[in-house]
Amino acid sequence: MTNCLLRDLAALLAAAALWASPESLQKPVEKPREELLLNNAEIGRYGGQLVVSLRSEPKTLNPVTMTDNPSKEVIWRMMADLVHINRFTQQTEPALAKSWKVSPDGLRYTLKLRRGLRFSDGHPLDADDVLFSFQLYLDEKVHAPQRDLLIVGGKPIVVGKLDSETLVFELAQPYGVGDRLFDGFAILPRHLLQKAYSEGTLAQAWSLTTPPEQIAGLGPFRLKQYVPGQRLVLERNPYYWKVDRKGNRLPYLDELVFLIVPSEDAQVIRFQAGDTDVISRLNAENYAVLERQQQARGYTMSDIGPGLEYNFLFFNLNDLTARSLPQIARKQAWFRQLNFRQAVSAAIDREGIVRLVYQGRAEALWGQVSPGNKLWANQALPRPPRSLDRARELLRAAGFSWKADGTLVDAGGDVVEFSIASSASNAERTKMAAIIQDDLKQLGMSVHVVPLEFRALLARILDSRDYEACVLGLASGDGDPNGDMNVWLSSGPQHLWNPGQAQPATPWEAEIDRLMQAQLTARKYSERKRLYDRVQQIVAENQPMIFLVSPHLLVGAKNGLGNFRPAVLDHYTLWNVEELFWRGK
Amino acid sequence: MRQRKKLALIISLLAGLHAVVLGAGFFAPYDAAAQNRELPFTPPMRLHFLDERGNFHLRPFVYPGVPRTGSYTGYQEDRSRAFPVRFFVSGAPYSVAGLFRARLHLFGADPPAEVFLFGTDGFGRDLFSRMLYGGQISLLAGLLAAGLSLALGLVLGAVAGFYGGWADETLMRGAELFLVLPWLYLLFAIRAFLPLQIGPEQAFLLLIVVIGLIGWARPARLVRGVVLSARERDYVRAAKGFGATDTYLLRRHVLPQTFGVLLTQGAILVPQYILAEVTLSFLGLGVGEPVPSWGNMLASLQQYYVLASYWWMFLPGFALVPFFLGYSALANALHERVKAVLI
Repeated sequence: MTNCLLRDLAALLAAAALWASPESLQKPVEKPREELLLNNAEIGRYGGQLVVSLRSEPKTLNPVTMTDNPSKEVIWRMMADLVHINRFTQQTEPALAKSWKVSPDGLRYTLKLRRGLRFSDGHPLDADDVLFSFQLYLDEKVHAPQRDLLIVGGKPIVVGKLDSETLVFELAQPYGVGDRLFDGFAILPRHLLQKAYSEGTLAQAWSLTTPPEQIAGLGPFRLKQYVPGQRLVLERNPYYWKVDRKGNRLPYLDELVFLIVPSEDAQVIRFQAGDTDVISRLNAENYAVLERQQQARGYTMSDIGPGLEYNFLFFNLNDLTARSLPQIARKQAWFRQLNFRQAVSAAIDREGIVRLVYQGRAEALWGQVSPGNKLWANQALPRPPRSLDRARELLRAAGFSWKADGTLVDAGGDVVEFSIASSASNAERTKMAAIIQDDLKQLGMSVHVVPLEFRALLARILDSRDYEACVLGLASGDGDPNGDMNVWLSSGPQHLWNPGQAQPATPWEAEIDRLMQAQLTARKYSERKRLYDRVQQIVAENQPMIFLVSPHLLVGAKNGLGNFRPAVLDHYTLWNVEELFWRGK
Repeated sequence: MRQRKKLALIISLLAGLHAVVLGAGFFAPYDAAAQNRELPFTPPMRLHFLDERGNFHLRPFVYPGVPRTGSYTGYQEDRSRAFPVRFFVSGAPYSVAGLFRARLHLFGADPPAEVFLFGTDGFGRDLFSRMLYGGQISLLAGLLAAGLSLALGLVLGAVAGFYGGWADETLMRGAELFLVLPWLYLLFAIRAFLPLQIGPEQAFLLLIVVIGLIGWARPARLVRGVVLSARERDYVRAAKGFGATDTYLLRRHVLPQTFGVLLTQGAILVPQYILAEVTLSFLGLGVGEPVPSWGNMLASLQQYYVLASYWWMFLPGFALVPFFLGYSALANALHERVKAVLI
């Protein structure tokens, strides 16, 4: 078995060497049939490898079943979609589809595939591969996590082909996201996956131990080697469909190596030592450590501003009548009062969090959309500064009072005391909770911070509902409000303060439901923006989540890496890996 | 005689150290939870005796730290203003062992200046004060858990050794079971099931009680050994022959033999359980914010940036050294004494 694998590897290496020989690459691509995409980035040089670290081993290499971040980071370097969202401009651009048309009623998309493209194993791509891919994503038995995005107006999108390069997507109702819909659906090789699909073993296909020649995609790289627990090596896909202005076929790099480095501290040390070339999603403290040595060690750190993550505090607003949690149900009498939530919000020192937790590398937040998301943030939201006086006023108006020693008591004379849960593995959020604890102490509230193991925390919030308050963070996927549907819809599984409601519990949640549904089908950006602005306003007024901060995205790369343009969208540093190249000495 | 003196010296030294921790409120200049949000990660302040002009002052003084422009955690001394360190000043209120309240502190400086002897942590809290207050939790954990282990070990060990037979078999096999128990997982499970309403101190003390209770096996085996040999001594047999009851025999003849072993065990167990508290904090099971303990102060050191940027965060670790040395010396001295008495 090992022998066989070794032989395969050797054959593959030989093939790679053949393809990577400089003459064949430097030659302008002349095949007239191939419709390649011209890339306008700086023209680079061939060669070299890029080493990056992964926080854990990917669970799979199968785009249909991937859910964890490391898997996505690796898989998207090997796959491509029909229409792609440029992570830097946040606008759509052609990918495997060279052009597309929308019918006037917005119900029918007609896409033209690029001609002459090949998968990374050399097999040609045609419309049947696209049909097959969407069949997988739409098949209920396959349980693809992306499936929900293909259900519009309660009905799955219908995919058909007109000819070998023209595809038609029919929607049951207009879809607000428009052509962004196609981003995130990797086109898969029918010739490699058909068998597994018809045998019902698709979920097990393309694991980490699958031989590299049985995996193929349309992305810039293809799998070369996997060493369990240590690294994954990808090599250049010789059939990739982008060329630079000189006609050189991308990508420039020979190899992309993912080292498995399990903790952020270890990643920082490996980067500092020069073992890895790029580092992303750093915390502010580690960033400061790396920044101090950037001159001496030959790398450059950059702060690319607020990302899409938003952190917030929320109270348990679930209906607990059917559950035996009398302690929490009693405290909900406070949590349900708008004045109480507004008072907590007014007392929180957001600037203090920015300074103490993020060393200034974060933005204070009063709504769910980070200022980094320029397309969707509602600039008109009020941003009241911290005011303990206003907080006390709000509490007094709601019937709270203070004992002689400053302890806050409610109208019934009960001492206001509750716990804030946070994830023990997230030092930043636990630190935020400790700052909030101290802020609320000044209002006479007694708050305990309880760091819990992350899965135990989620189980409490989503299943047992056995918690009082919690500090958590979310990141909106591509910045579009649609990605957050399951957070804002009252029936959504991530409607954290009261998930999965049968009927909206409050009039304002009902209004958010209406607005979110309306923006889903509105076709103009300006209309969707108006609707989502209103959602942000309602959320800010009712404070089901008390927004705290949005951290900056902090990245670093070795000097000499050309075309390195970190973005606030996932994947922050490798989104344009095909353009990256090493400048000459 | 020399040994006696040595023992007395060690005991008084340890007693002194414990007194400082117990009186943390007086020795610490600030409240352990008080945050100075403008001053995170200030390095330890230097106590100056010479002023700008080179004049010597008998009373030490400090220059307040001001953040360097453009930096959040870089500081420089503001030499334009000097603040003398004052002794026996009135400051933040505290309670002494929960008995009475006071405001008197050993030292401090006039506001707005602060004296951060060991610097501050990420919330701008005085590390020196936190180290002293932290000792209260850690030593309480150590002493409480050790006391519980010894008490349980004494009772079960004595029963096993004195009565032998099936009682001995059952207890000793049980002890072996407890020795191999993966207590960390047990603690994880307990913490996950505790209701969140329990305060951080109570939750933590509960865990300590659990650790203490499951740690009975080792002392019990030692006690059993001593009891087993004492039981067979001639004077014990003689007393038995004269019709002495079991309780009398245990109280008068057998258990006094075990005290030496117990004391030595105690001196070994206390630091062990202090370290257990450090382990718990490393795993996030320790006492929660904002209550300081040596464990959670040391746990913050596992982050790389602390190692790279804020060396003074290690200072509280040194507090463990005199305590551990003291307890280790005590264990040795006691051991020698026990040997001398037995021979």
